[in-house]
Amino acid sequence: MAKQDILDRIHNFYEVALGYTEEQAILEATRCLQCPNPRCVQGCPVGIDIPAFIKEIKEGNYSAAASKLKEKNSLPAVCGRVCPQENQCQELCVIGKMGDPISIGRLERFAADYERKAGVTIPEKQPDGATGKVAIVGSGPAGLTVAADLVKQGHEVVMFESLHYAGGVLMYGIPEFRLPKEIVQAEVEYIKNLGVDVKTNYTIGRIFTIDELFADGYDAVFIGSGAGLPNFMGIEGENLGGVYAANEFLIRVNLMKGYLFPEYDTPIRIGKNVAVIGGGNVAMDAARCSLRLGAEKVYIVYRRAREQLPAREEESENAEEEGIIFRLLTNPIKFTGDESGWVNGMECIKMELGEPDASGRRRPVPIEGSNFMMDVDTVVIAIGQTPNPLIQRTTDGLETTKWGTIVADEETGATSKEGVYAGGDVVSGAATVISAMGAARKAAQGIHGYIQKKKTGQ
Amino acid sequence: MYKIITKEEVAPNIHLIEIAAPDVALKSHPGQFVIIRLDDKGERVPLTIAGVDLQKGTVSTAFHAVGKTTKKLAKLKAGDSLLDFSGPLGNPAEVENFGKVLLVGGGVWCAPLHYVAVALKKNNNKLVVVAAGRTKNDMVYENQLKAVADEFHVATDDGSKGNEGLDFINDILKAQKFDHAVIMGPVSTLKKIVEMTKPYNLKTMVTLASLMVDGTGMCGACRVTVGGETKFACMDGPEFNGLDVDFDELISRQRVYLPEERMASMIYDKLGGSVKRG
Ligand SMILES: Cc1cc2nc3c(=O)[nH]c(=O)nc-3n(C[C@H](O)[C@H](O)[C@H](O)COP(=O)(O)OP(=O)(O)OC[C@H]3O[C@@H](n4cnc5c(N)ncnc54)[C@H](O)[C@@H]3O)c2cc1C
Ligand SMILES: Cc1cc2nc3c(=O)[nH]c(=O)nc-3n(C[C@H](O)[C@H](O)[C@H](O)COP(=O)(O)OP(=O)(O)OC[C@H]3O[C@@H](n4cnc5c(N)ncnc54)[C@H](O)[C@@H]3O)c2cc1C
Ligand code: SF4
Ligand code: FES
Repeated sequence: MAKQDILDRIHNFYEVALGYTEEQAILEATRCLQCPNPRCVQGCPVGIDIPAFIKEIKEGNYSAAASKLKEKNSLPAVCGRVCPQENQCQELCVIGKMGDPISIGRLERFAADYERKAGVTIPEKQPDGATGKVAIVGSGPAGLTVAADLVKQGHEVVMFESLHYAGGVLMYGIPEFRLPKEIVQAEVEYIKNLGVDVKTNYTIGRIFTIDELFADGYDAVFIGSGAGLPNFMGIEGENLGGVYAANEFLIRVNLMKGYLFPEYDTPIRIGKNVAVIGGGNVAMDAARCSLRLGAEKVYIVYRRAREQLPAREEESENAEEEGIIFRLLTNPIKFTGDESGWVNGMECIKMELGEPDASGRRRPVPIEGSNFMMDVDTVVIAIGQTPNPLIQRTTDGLETTKWGTIVADEETGATSKEGVYAGGDVVSGAATVISAMGAARKAAQGIHGYIQKKKTGQ
Repeated sequence: MYKIITKEEVAPNIHLIEIAAPDVALKSHPGQFVIIRLDDKGERVPLTIAGVDLQKGTVSTAFHAVGKTTKKLAKLKAGDSLLDFSGPLGNPAEVENFGKVLLVGGGVWCAPLHYVAVALKKNNNKLVVVAAGRTKNDMVYENQLKAVADEFHVATDDGSKGNEGLDFINDILKAQKFDHAVIMGPVSTLKKIVEMTKPYNLKTMVTLASLMVDGTGMCGACRVTVGGETKFACMDGPEFNGLDVDFDELISRQRVYLPEERMASMIYDKLGGSVKRG
């Protein structure tokens, strides 16, 4: 698949990966063996009928391919771009044993993009006589999926989102150059057109509590509020100017379009030498944004080794290609600031890998006396997020773990509180778009069953 | 869209607006804030709630036209709309029967302070209220605060009305015993009053206008050090016991975007957006 030229793309926010042409898509689709017992499907958390949609592409029926995708996945244009296919469907594809697996993700993206341009068809509702009213909290991939599934089954669905746009991390976190915001909004629009009432600017827990939603006549509530609370390291100088949590940095850039300041009103301030702490997708995104905002040197500072970077391989490669400098086995221990309170340096310590820890990865251990200074004037801390505690704090009877995640049944999404279901990052901790959607599909079934039972007494 | 129902310039460059947002009105408490966004390219700006009208389904807030967004807002009229109006956000101010309470409001903040004062009065507290402004013409909500106060003082920076400066509050603190204090105003005022109440170990609640983006605990922009710990003003506050707040850090974090804010404001003024200066 073609990508934007490196020298161009580090100066703009346009999409890096350009997608397949029709010829390329058909050629790729033709390679698929149409396995009668397709292994790829087992690797797909939402169970897309992969050979069937690929067959439609091969035969030139692109809209039919998109419809096939949407039977199981309401956000194919998103998933085709950001799913870690290499560890999911593509990892299991039989062709991968001999050579390159089928590029299922790129084909998914192709079909979804085609359909979006050609005009989307809205499926009929299928009311089954036991319809209820469901409130969805949070409009990320989890909330959007539950909303779509339930509205298609004839339920009345109202989605509450605290920000001013629906989409969750897809809008505020993942940068434009990986996932254009226009595409996210087109998918949100599709879900609205299915009949979901989307209420932005509603922070549940402040404006209504979960119990108040029930009092208001909702039969069930789905919590898909994500994992939005940034972690900090608790080291000296962390509150200096120029030290951002990745979320603040990414929200300013993506949701508020800080890269277009002053045309857009929200500023983003960035210096010459940027250190991004962490090694996941979030860190790669922050680093690549920094470059595009005009930083001269951008470092990824990660305490483990290259093989252990949690980011998708494609994203680490993109970052390396673009000139991001990796400072591996390195950990910051202190930030220093100038007299105006702006960060001007970072003390780090070198690490080595010790025995495996609880996560099974070799634990990084500091090498005593290896301290050194890095000259930086902007720092982005991207060491993970935990769920925002607002709903947990304001809802009685909702069981949570010590990490602040909500306890929910894996098969139905049911929580400890009757009528309350949850899924996505708020249950799993920060994970992936598709795992949030997979959990959401199960929760939608759980909610549907619950309402049916409640309404018909069976 | 959220419609502006009434709008009034209550002092030079200080405006009071009332916005139709019935759900927000229903759930608002004194001390909470809203976040507004004027248009598609707009910034998210927090403003403290100054009162609600449940019958009309409206929320009022007073703002000082200091930068691009508030200047733009100042130009809107009744009948115009805001694109986004999110709230209530933050925790309500602590309101219970404390006994005797000292309230100090500075400038635009006298309006939301009044909302807190009314609630404290309902809880049978004795209120000693100080309303401060730059000059006698800059007083905001003076009469409303006076009406709810058991003892009322006015202060101006230039002495054109009432006391000159806020030092006289030291004398009040020496002469009377308080059970609680609530201060709303610019950070410099908060810091000054906290220095006065500290010797008496008087719990002094201050509302912190730190930089914010989402206002729901997601971005960490609003972090402040309180009692040696990092807190998020939007989630854990915005009201904190001022005796524990690291004001110097707050002040330096507030200044992070000053060059950009000035640039945006200047460009806006150049394009003919300027409002008259007080
Ligand atoms: C920068 C970044 C890059 C990523 N890259 C990838 C990637 O390439 N591939 C991948 O698969 N995954 C990626 N992820 C992870 C993925 O985005 C998440 O796992 C996924 O979005 C989780 O979905 P969700 O619906 O559970 O939550 P979210 O997407 O977090 O959505 C939750 C929504 O709920 C709202 N909300 C929260 N509290 C309330 C409340 N009280 N009331 C109302 N609304 C509320 C939030 O504003 C938000 O919109 C990335 C994450 C980040 C941050
Ligand atoms: C919880 C909370 C509650 C708040 N409540 C209120 C409230 O009730 N009323 C209210 O008025 N404000 C309130 N604020 C403050 C308000 O949100 C900020 O002042 C906001 O930044 C104004 O946005 P703006 O774009 O107009 O100004 P910005 O551009 O953000 O400017 C903010 C600051 O920058 C400086 N500045 C801007 N332009 C210039 C210039 N040309 N020359 C010199 N300095 C300049 C000023 O010091 C100004 O205070 C609150 C803040 C918080 C966090
Ligand atoms: S496993 Fe590979 S070849 Fe077989 S159906 Fe799936 S994508 Fe096609
Ligand atoms: S404003 Fe974002 S966390 Fe408080």
